[in-house]
Amino acid sequence: MAYGLGLLNGLRITATRVFKTYVGDFKHLGRRYNDKLFMERQSVKGSGIFTVQYPEEKLPVPENFRFIPFLVYEPALDADGKPVIDPKTGKEAIGKQKCTACGICAKVCPPQCIWIVRATTPEGKPKPQPAEFYIDIDVCMNCGLCAEFCPFDSIKMDHDYELSNYERHVSHIYDINVLSKPAAYHAKIHPTDWAHEEEERKAKEAKKKA
Amino acid sequence: MSEEKPQTSSLQVANSEQEWIDEQVRRTVWTGPWNKLLDLLDPIYNWGRRNSVWPMGFGLACCAIEMICTSATRFDIARFGMELFRASPRQADLMLVSGTVTKKIAPAIVRLYNQMAEPKYVLAMGACATGGGPFKEGYSVVSGVDKLLPVDVYVPGCPPTPQALLYGLMQLQKKIDKQSLRDAPWYRKGVAEGVPEPILGPDLIDARRLEEITALSGDPEKLAARAVKFQKPAKAEKKE
Amino acid sequence: MAVNAPVVPETQLNLNDPQVVAEQIKTQHPDAVESVSAQGIVVKNDKLLDVARYLRDSLAFDYLNNVTSVDWQDRFEVVYNLTSMDRGGAPITLKVNAARDNPSVPSLVPVYRGADFQEREVYDLMGIRFAGHPNLRRILLWDGFEGYPLRKDYKEPYYEEEKKPFGSRWDQGYHVIAEDRNPWHDNVQYPANFDAVAYKPPRDHIQPISVEEATASRIHTDKIVLNVGPQHPSTHGVLRLRVTLEGEVVRGVEPILGYLHRNHDKIGERNTYLGNMPFTDRLDYFSSMANNLAYALAVEKLMGVKPPERAEYIRVIMAELTRWQNHAIALGFIYNDLGAFYTPLIYAMEERELVLDLFEATSGSRMMCNYMRFGGVARDVTDDFIEKCKYLVDERLPRRTDELEAYMVGNELFHARAKNVGILPRDLAINYSTAGPVLRASGVKYDIRRAEPYSIYDRFDFDIPTGTVGDLYDRFVVRVAEMRQSLKILKQALAQIPAGEIQTGKKNYQVRVPKGEAYGRAENPKGELGFYVVSDGTPNPYRYHVRGPSFINLTALNDMCVGYKIADMVVILGSIDIVMGEVDR
Repeated sequence: MAYGLGLLNGLRITATRVFKTYVGDFKHLGRRYNDKLFMERQSVKGSGIFTVQYPEEKLPVPENFRFIPFLVYEPALDADGKPVIDPKTGKEAIGKQKCTACGICAKVCPPQCIWIVRATTPEGKPKPQPAEFYIDIDVCMNCGLCAEFCPFDSIKMDHDYELSNYERHVSHIYDINVLSKPAAYHAKIHPTDWAHEEEERKAKEAKKKA
Repeated sequence: MSEEKPQTSSLQVANSEQEWIDEQVRRTVWTGPWNKLLDLLDPIYNWGRRNSVWPMGFGLACCAIEMICTSATRFDIARFGMELFRASPRQADLMLVSGTVTKKIAPAIVRLYNQMAEPKYVLAMGACATGGGPFKEGYSVVSGVDKLLPVDVYVPGCPPTPQALLYGLMQLQKKIDKQSLRDAPWYRKGVAEGVPEPILGPDLIDARRLEEITALSGDPEKLAARAVKFQKPAKAEKKE
Repeated sequence: MAVNAPVVPETQLNLNDPQVVAEQIKTQHPDAVESVSAQGIVVKNDKLLDVARYLRDSLAFDYLNNVTSVDWQDRFEVVYNLTSMDRGGAPITLKVNAARDNPSVPSLVPVYRGADFQEREVYDLMGIRFAGHPNLRRILLWDGFEGYPLRKDYKEPYYEEEKKPFGSRWDQGYHVIAEDRNPWHDNVQYPANFDAVAYKPPRDHIQPISVEEATASRIHTDKIVLNVGPQHPSTHGVLRLRVTLEGEVVRGVEPILGYLHRNHDKIGERNTYLGNMPFTDRLDYFSSMANNLAYALAVEKLMGVKPPERAEYIRVIMAELTRWQNHAIALGFIYNDLGAFYTPLIYAMEERELVLDLFEATSGSRMMCNYMRFGGVARDVTDDFIEKCKYLVDERLPRRTDELEAYMVGNELFHARAKNVGILPRDLAINYSTAGPVLRASGVKYDIRRAEPYSIYDRFDFDIPTGTVGDLYDRFVVRVAEMRQSLKILKQALAQIPAGEIQTGKKNYQVRVPKGEAYGRAENPKGELGFYVVSDGTPNPYRYHVRGPSFINLTALNDMCVGYKIADMVVILGSIDIVMGEVDR
């Protein structure tokens, strides 16, 4: 092979790839930015331009995606069976925490970033409910073991990754108010998981009735 | 997904009262034409700065890989004008502390920070740089880079995904936007003092605390009194 | 292509059995062996060097896998794992006891040079002296650090309790954050009456060069010592190299490590067995799936469980995808170091993103997968995964492999820079305990997937690519060939994957691990990743040690670089493909 051909071959590859990035532009002239084409570009079959224009386009996270944990609660219902909105926080008011303060998440947590205070009845007997629940997200390693081993499906991994802020000493220790999110939110971000849980719950109820 | 983000206490930006008062004074109190001119200049000045924040190419640990991913094709940090990872601190505006800060690297980080020219920003990426992360309990890890340097933006996550990092960078841009020529510390007179480099002794020695360390290590009782001891509550206390 | 095997003494003996090996040792050194068991051969302290020489020269145990130590409270134990490159099979374990006070063990560096950094690590963290070691100084911590952290009586500044889970976390939740518990309100502790104002840190240790040495060359240039790192764009992380230069020519390289020392060993001993799984992700953060697999193998060896068929296939698929993307990035970085700035690397990154998408959809995280469990995997893969993976393996990744290779194959500039640069001959590669592509590029046909097949690798048809010269070019070619072999394995695994369970037994967060010790290893993309786990029957490991391939591969860096130009050193370092998370642990 003549000297320099190998070099040119390398340049050819780069040139081809540069060219390919324009192919999509011409093919979908004027309507390059829509959701369907975006997903196509990002899939294994995509070619050409690969960039996610982040704040405008967002790469959807898969259902299993895990970031910071959150606690699932059943919202309080009004007379019509609609969830009550708490005017103070703007969230659905907490009806019942799914968490029973069994402490498995605190035990399994590898960096030990969860700590729980179990609620007590007025007589001082332990009640299956958390009085306080903390997660130090500066220690949390997003491993998802807490969600995996929770027997009551009450702690789940959140999909919200946009958490940056200017301060950490107060706001990075999540307390129970910050952690609690309504069951509807969980159902929305984990549809398969939710369907599975519902199925199990119904089967259990049917068993109880029988 | 993010439209429904619940606005909770920990997500809000805490502006201090002093900052608020300053802002009000600036808006309402009559100021001379010089200040009017500065008001006009500020947006242009900040627009230029915010869109050309050059980070320092300084990867520490796992998060550095996500930082590289952010600068690669898919997330393309160049859209924010931040693609120029400078190897020299003299040319960098932003220190992306991406990963675990260990005690052994701490003096180097402080030295690099001191070498950066003003205006400079620090972004703590990931749990380790923010507060020690899962390795916090270890004997050779600094529990958060803010123990050494002033940090502008914290990006939680272990590791934060590239999109989370981009969000953090956007927060930094917002912060830059709020700054004004008028009170920019880097145009003030006098020499700004750098952060003194920590010393590697029997353990990491913060050069700002030399006297304190000497005094306290000779006085074990006083030292022990400073620690918050936790004790298991003898009986289950009633909460609330 | 392969240059195979110097002649081994033909024996009918089963030398993978410690009893047989001990008998052989006794024939030569009758009083050297103290005791023999399935856990290893305990050798007398003063006879260690003779035994090691005999094992290497007569029984062809030419490769030192791992050196570590255990603190048994009343004594220290130094543990060596040895294998033969040609015979393969599981490594045998050699043990030496050392007294609790002033412990000392003869250094094995004269026999196995790969022991160099490992013994320094043991000295650094456990405080065992190695008599005869040429350069016994702290390696991961700094000179002047107080205490030996891996000893059982050492307490960190943020020490809370002996074992996890901590009692303060649940039920009463009386947890106080670590800063408040420590009197210094920081992660530090000082000896009593420590005078910080008067403290002068020890000076950086620099080997002095004599006048004769400095002026010995033909052209009379002085030697200079150049410091590269810890912040340097070419060092792949926070590695520091102290390079002795003569003009442009490298005369010596000394890696200075520990800038990312994150106490994996100490945290691992405090943690539960399962709790260590996500920590292994953070060792070699390019290939967390493979790390998970190696750790799961080590603990499964102790527990005696086997994952079901489907889980085995999923494990292999994940490990091989990891290998592909790791090598792709490694090639990109080599190009980067050579000056092809960023272009090939971002092409490799693009494919990596697609592989990471698959990981994310299955395990939940792009990089920190935390996917393997003891006796299975965390989640089942979907049909969508298999379909996408098939497309990648059949169509996309082979094309990309060719593309990445095409940059180099006929490229005259690359040939000029890479051929006959950074040569590591075969015998040195073995003696330095290098592993993975570095070892194979030197012509050693050794791959744990073949030598001691784990998981279900014995079912697949694949080759072990080897180099001939052991130069930079070979290390490159071997990686490309391995990427192709990975795709070959993936093709077979994806075609054969059965339906069924993914977990043996019930999922349990506190696994029961019987008493014992095991050295589990797997062929990671970077080389042999080993986990030495000692169990005392409690839910937490008694000793947990990681054999990081990048760490030990760095031992050979000096020999690879001497005599080449400083610009070559950067590429040679890139061709070892180190990851600091694994080097410093």
